[in-house]
Amino acid sequence: MRAITWRNPRSTARTFGVTTVTLVLLILFLSPFAFMVFTSLKTQDQISIVGAPIWPAKPAYYEYNGEEVEVFTVPMNKCQGSEDDNSEKGLAMVKKGTKESTFFDPDDPERGEFVCAVSWRALDRPWQFAPTWSNYTEVWNTIDYPRLMWNTTYYAILSTIGVLFSCTLVAYGFSRFDFPGRDFLFLVLIATIFLPAFVTVIPTYTFFQRIGWVGTWLPLIVPTFFGNAFDVFLLRQYFMTIPRELDEAAMMDGASRFRILWSVIIPQSYPALLAVTVFHIVYAWNDYFGPLIYLSTNRDAWPISVALSTFNGIYGAQPQLIQAGALMALLLPLILFMLAQRFFVRGIVVTGVDK
Amino acid sequence: MFEQLSRGVQLPTRRAFREMSSLKRREMRDGLLFISPWLIGFVVFTFLPIIASLFFSFLDLNITDGILSPPKFVGLKNYITMLQDPQIWTGSSDTPGSFWITIRFGLIALPVGLFLPLGLALLMNSPHLKGSMAFRSAFYMPYIIPFVAAIFLWGGMLNPETGWINRALMGMGLPRESVPNWANDVNWVYPTYVIMGIWAVGNAMLIMLAGLQGVPTDLYDAAKVDGAGTIQTFRNVTFPMISPVVFFNLVLIIIGLFQYFLVPLVVNNGTGRPGGATMFFNLYLYRTFFTFQNMSYGSAMAWLLFFMIMIVTVFLFGTAKYWVYYAGERRS
Repeated sequence: MRAITWRNPRSTARTFGVTTVTLVLLILFLSPFAFMVFTSLKTQDQISIVGAPIWPAKPAYYEYNGEEVEVFTVPMNKCQGSEDDNSEKGLAMVKKGTKESTFFDPDDPERGEFVCAVSWRALDRPWQFAPTWSNYTEVWNTIDYPRLMWNTTYYAILSTIGVLFSCTLVAYGFSRFDFPGRDFLFLVLIATIFLPAFVTVIPTYTFFQRIGWVGTWLPLIVPTFFGNAFDVFLLRQYFMTIPRELDEAAMMDGASRFRILWSVIIPQSYPALLAVTVFHIVYAWNDYFGPLIYLSTNRDAWPISVALSTFNGIYGAQPQLIQAGALMALLLPLILFMLAQRFFVRGIVVTGVDK
Repeated sequence: MFEQLSRGVQLPTRRAFREMSSLKRREMRDGLLFISPWLIGFVVFTFLPIIASLFFSFLDLNITDGILSPPKFVGLKNYITMLQDPQIWTGSSDTPGSFWITIRFGLIALPVGLFLPLGLALLMNSPHLKGSMAFRSAFYMPYIIPFVAAIFLWGGMLNPETGWINRALMGMGLPRESVPNWANDVNWVYPTYVIMGIWAVGNAMLIMLAGLQGVPTDLYDAAKVDGAGTIQTFRNVTFPMISPVVFFNLVLIIIGLFQYFLVPLVVNNGTGRPGGATMFFNLYLYRTFFTFQNMSYGSAMAWLLFFMIMIVTVFLFGTAKYWVYYAGERRS
C-alpha cells in the first residue's frame, strides 16, 4: 500500500491533492490557537471596534519632537508639493484642522512639515502591530497564577504516583498469576469503564463529606492509589508481551514474585509506564469535574481548570483576558505533549490494538 | 477488550478450589495480593457506593439549610415522581424535557463523533498522504488541551460579534442579521456544542487508525485481484476488519452522550440557557444533587440513567453479532 511510484504523474497529482486537502483541514482545525494568541494580545478597544484587524494592533503613532502624534492615511495628491502623487501614505499629523491639516512624513524627514487640504475627521488611521502583553500580567495577578500552578502540579504529581504504584501492582497480578476467578475479576474491572459516574458520585461525595474530606485534595488523590481500569488495562497488555522465560529465569535464581516485578517487568516496561505517566499528568492537569465538586468551597485549593471556568463570569466582556487565561492554562500540557508525543500516540495504540 | 466481554468467562467452582495444589493456592494468594489495591478500591469506591445509591433512591434524604434530614423509607416514591417529572419528560411549551434534550443532542453528536474520527483515520492511512506522522500528531494534539480552555477557545471563535467564524461568514457575503447567534440561540446551541467537541477527535482517530493499520495487506491484494473498486473494498474488506474498533468507539460515545453535561455547565453556566434547551438529563441530575442537595431523588435519577445505558449497551452487544467481525473468532 505504501509504495508510491513517483514516475506516475497521476499518483503524484493525487499525493499533492490529498496532502493539500489535509493541510487545509489541519489549518482550520487548529485555527482557534491563532485566535487565542491574537485575541490575548489585543486591547479592549480593538476588540470593540468593527473592522479592526484580526491581529493585535493599535492605531499608529509617531514620535515627533518628543511627542506622540497620531498617524493618518492621507491621499498624497491633496498635499502641497505632491499634487501628482496618486498614492496614499501614513503621515504624522502635526496640527489638526477641519479644512486643512499639517503633516510630517516619517519616511521622508527631509521634506519637513507640509499642509494637506484634508479634514482630519474624514481620515482613517492605519493599524500598527502592537501586542498588549499587559493582559497576561493582569490575569497572572488577578487569579494568583503561581498558586494555581502549584495546586495543579501538586495534584498531577501525587495522583500520578498513585496511579503508577497501584496500576503496576494490579496489572502484574492480572498478567502473571493464574488463579480461578482472575478473568472474571478482570472483566469486572473493565466493566467499571461503562458505569455512569453519578451512580457512585452521590454516596461517595456524601461519605467524603461526612469524614470532612470535602474541600481538601484527599478525595481526588487517595482513590488513585487503588488503580483504575484504563491504566491497568494498558499496563497489563504491555506486561503480557514480555516473555515469561525472563520471569522463569529469575525465579530459578530464587527471586520472589515482587523481586521479579521490580527487576524484570518494570525495567522492560519503561515505554508503557511513561505512557501512563504522561497520560495521567495531562488527565489530572485537565480534570475539571473532580476538583469542581470536591474543591468548589475552598478557593485556595483550586486548580487551574476550576479557576479558569470562573472567567466566563468575571471577564465575560473582556475576551482578551479570557484568551490569555486559556493560554496560560494550556501551556504546560502542550509543552508536555511536544516533548513526549511518541508516548501519547503509542500509548493509544497499545490500548487500541486489542479490541 | 470487547471480544472478552461479549464472550463472557467461566466462574470458578468450589470443587476446582478444593482440588488446587498448595503451589496453586500460593499462586492465588500472591495474585490476589497484587491485585488487592484494585479489589479494595473497587469495593470501597465502586461496589458499596452502587449499593448505597440504590438504597438512597428508596429513601427521602436531603440536606436542608446544611442539615441532613433524618432518612425516611418511602419505597418507590422517588421513582414514581421521576416518571411524572415534567422537567424530564414533557418539558415546557418552549423546550422538550431533559430526557428528550439528551436524545436529540445525541442524535446530532453521534454521527459526528463516529464518522469524523473514522474519516480522519482513513485520511491518515492514505498512501497518498505525505508526512502522515506529523499530521497524526497535529490532529491528536488538541485532545490534551484542558477541557475548559478548549471551550473558551471555541467559545471565542463562535462569538457572534467578534468570533472568526461569523467574521468569515460575513466575509463570504452573509448579512450581519443572518449569521448564527451560536450558543445563545435555541436552534444553534447543539451545533455549537458539537463544534466545541470536535477537538476530542484525536483519541478515537488514533484507535481507528490502529485498527486500519492492522488490516492484513494480502486482503487488499486479494480484493484487487478480484477486481473490487474503492467502495467495494471498503465495504467488504476494510469495514469488517475494523468493525470491532468502530463498535468499541460507538459504545463509548453512546455512554458518554447519555452523561453529557459538562459543556452546558461551563458554556451556559448550567442554567439551561438559552430557553431551557441545554438542561440535559445529567445536568438536571447534577443540579438535583449539588444545587438542591436532594440525595434520594438524585440517586433515583442516577439509577434511571444507569438502567437506560444498560439497555442500550445490551442492545448494541446484541446487534454486534450481525455486523462486528472478530478475526480468529471460532463461531460455533
